[in-house]
Amino acid sequence: MMKEKFTTITSTCVPMPAENIDTDRIIPARFLKSTSREGFGEKLFYDQRFDANGNPIADFPLNNPAYGGIILVAGKNFGCGSSREHAAWAIHDYGFRVVVSSFFADIHKNNELNSFVLPVTIPQDMLDKLLVAITADPTVQVTVDLENQTIKCDAIGMEYKFEINPYKKYCLLNGFDDVDYLLSRRDDVVAYEKKSNK
Amino acid sequence: MAKTLFDKIWDEHAVNTIPDGPTQLYIDRHYCHEVTTAQAFDGLRNRGIQVFRPERTFCTPDHNVPTENQHLPIADSVSRNQVETLERNAKEFGLTYFPLGSECNGIIHVIGPENGLTLPGMTIVCGDSHTSTHGAFGSIAFGIGTSEVEMVLASQCVLQSKPKTMRITVDGKLAEGVTAKDVALYIISQLSTGGATGYFVEYAGEAIRSLSMEGRMTLCNMSIEMGARGGFVAPDGVTIEYCRNRQYAPKGSEWDKAVEYWLSLKSDDDAVFDREIKFNAAAIKPRITFGTNPGMGIAIDEKVPDAPADASAAASFADALAYMGFESGKSLLGTPVDYVFVGSCTNGRIEDFRDFAKIVKGRKKADNVTVWLVPGSRAVEAQIRKEGLDKIFYDAGMELRQPGCSACLAMNPDKIPAGKLSVSTSNRNFEGRQGPGARTILASPMTAAAAAVTGCITDPRTLATK
Repeated sequence: MMKEKFTTITSTCVPMPAENIDTDRIIPARFLKSTSREGFGEKLFYDQRFDANGNPIADFPLNNPAYGGIILVAGKNFGCGSSREHAAWAIHDYGFRVVVSSFFADIHKNNELNSFVLPVTIPQDMLDKLLVAITADPTVQVTVDLENQTIKCDAIGMEYKFEINPYKKYCLLNGFDDVDYLLSRRDDVVAYEKKSNK
Repeated sequence: MAKTLFDKIWDEHAVNTIPDGPTQLYIDRHYCHEVTTAQAFDGLRNRGIQVFRPERTFCTPDHNVPTENQHLPIADSVSRNQVETLERNAKEFGLTYFPLGSECNGIIHVIGPENGLTLPGMTIVCGDSHTSTHGAFGSIAFGIGTSEVEMVLASQCVLQSKPKTMRITVDGKLAEGVTAKDVALYIISQLSTGGATGYFVEYAGEAIRSLSMEGRMTLCNMSIEMGARGGFVAPDGVTIEYCRNRQYAPKGSEWDKAVEYWLSLKSDDDAVFDREIKFNAAAIKPRITFGTNPGMGIAIDEKVPDAPADASAAASFADALAYMGFESGKSLLGTPVDYVFVGSCTNGRIEDFRDFAKIVKGRKKADNVTVWLVPGSRAVEAQIRKEGLDKIFYDAGMELRQPGCSACLAMNPDKIPAGKLSVSTSNRNFEGRQGPGARTILASPMTAAAAAVTGCITDPRTLATK
């Protein structure tokens, strides 16, 4: 059912240097009551983005007009905690298509891949340099090429070949989703159930 | 070749492995709650398909439910709609649904085991990270996202890359007043909040074996808090006795056959794990957290540590302490507490309320503390009343509420107000987890009880139990 296809992306970045950003922070639980996938972008990082009266907190990166783009660059262990896919939907709905970090929590990484957001893992020292560069100069551009699995930032002379599971890469490049694949394998499941006395 | 128990169960459930890709893993049991499933059912409708194996999925509402007046319609219309949507979906797709207020209702990770739906050797998933709880039975149980919920509904399978294996052995005996929660918080503080990411954990050793099923569920529940896909304990006699005569457990000769199989489930003696970690039970004291992730923990009589050397870690550490209002080098003992919450899929089972009652018995609630006692299920609530624990709570000036996720995650009316300090038996002390601006200290039910009766952070070992 996935309709989008992932192509090469060149964009400025939003820095989010904090480590261990959990999915409760990405989207607080009280906003998970919707029964649709849409509209979560408004609530992305809500409690850090807005004060108790709903006014934007000026020094939060998403509220700083200098920063923009569709690449989020975040500190180590991004997306830990709750399995809520709403966190990935919020990131996508806000407009991000790539999240760069030195380390992703397991479930959230899968959720991003299933929500058409590409998680790109780079070494910690590279992440540190990138965060410094994009924070100091919001016009710095980064290019993510999924086909060739490269992330490039000319401003700091960075080029890195990132890892991605070949199956997920194929799905993202072609706009396929896992349910389509699994539905095509239902006969195998029936055979498995018979063999295993399920 | 020698295999770990994880490899044995995984391989037995592998329908296919995509070359250079994930495994198509067959799922024996699928649990659904109201928060993470509606969009998956919509997906089925959009594709025009039915649930492939409806008898393997069980549904109940738990996150949104109020813990008072459950006989009345849920006041928050958005919450009510989410609960009603689950009920409608269960009906439309022919799935078993345990409605609010029914005998089988409660937190999904509490009722699955109670009803004998969770059994050894199974693969179990739910759109909820604390699905790792079910690992207590020696099953591969892990949380999934909503897209994956749709996969299970559509095909009874998920696509998962196989995690690495880690064995955590805790040798020796746990001291008096040290519980499974303290073991979990200790291990997480040693490994850090992301230290087990990419791994599935097998817990082993004398201290783990000595835990009840309730204790093992608490321990396995917290596996996700160090990033692990899940964690389990190989089945033994304790597991078998817990499962015996449960509603959905096998009966008669089927039971005998099952027991024989379950007791065969263990890692081979010479199996090699990708990572082995050993701890000594004697080193574990009652634990509390001081920061904003479960890895930021100390023994209750330790001081808040200094910031880590690494610059970016130090910045996050400073933010956490600023949020909590705590300082490096200071003890938290004696810090006044505003709220005490006992409950959740981590510590909402009968043993937890017994532990809490041991300390509360004959004492009174401190005036400065609001106490919320929330059983994990209807069955736990009934058992509390049967054992007269509710009377102990009442005499201490505390009341029992109705089952649900309650103050664990601020999705229902039970929220900790901004700035207030809560001692909570739940699983996460993230910023705002218990309500915007709420400050959370994670602890065991005994440490929670000590705070409830003294009004401040108190070492439970200093209070005599009755």
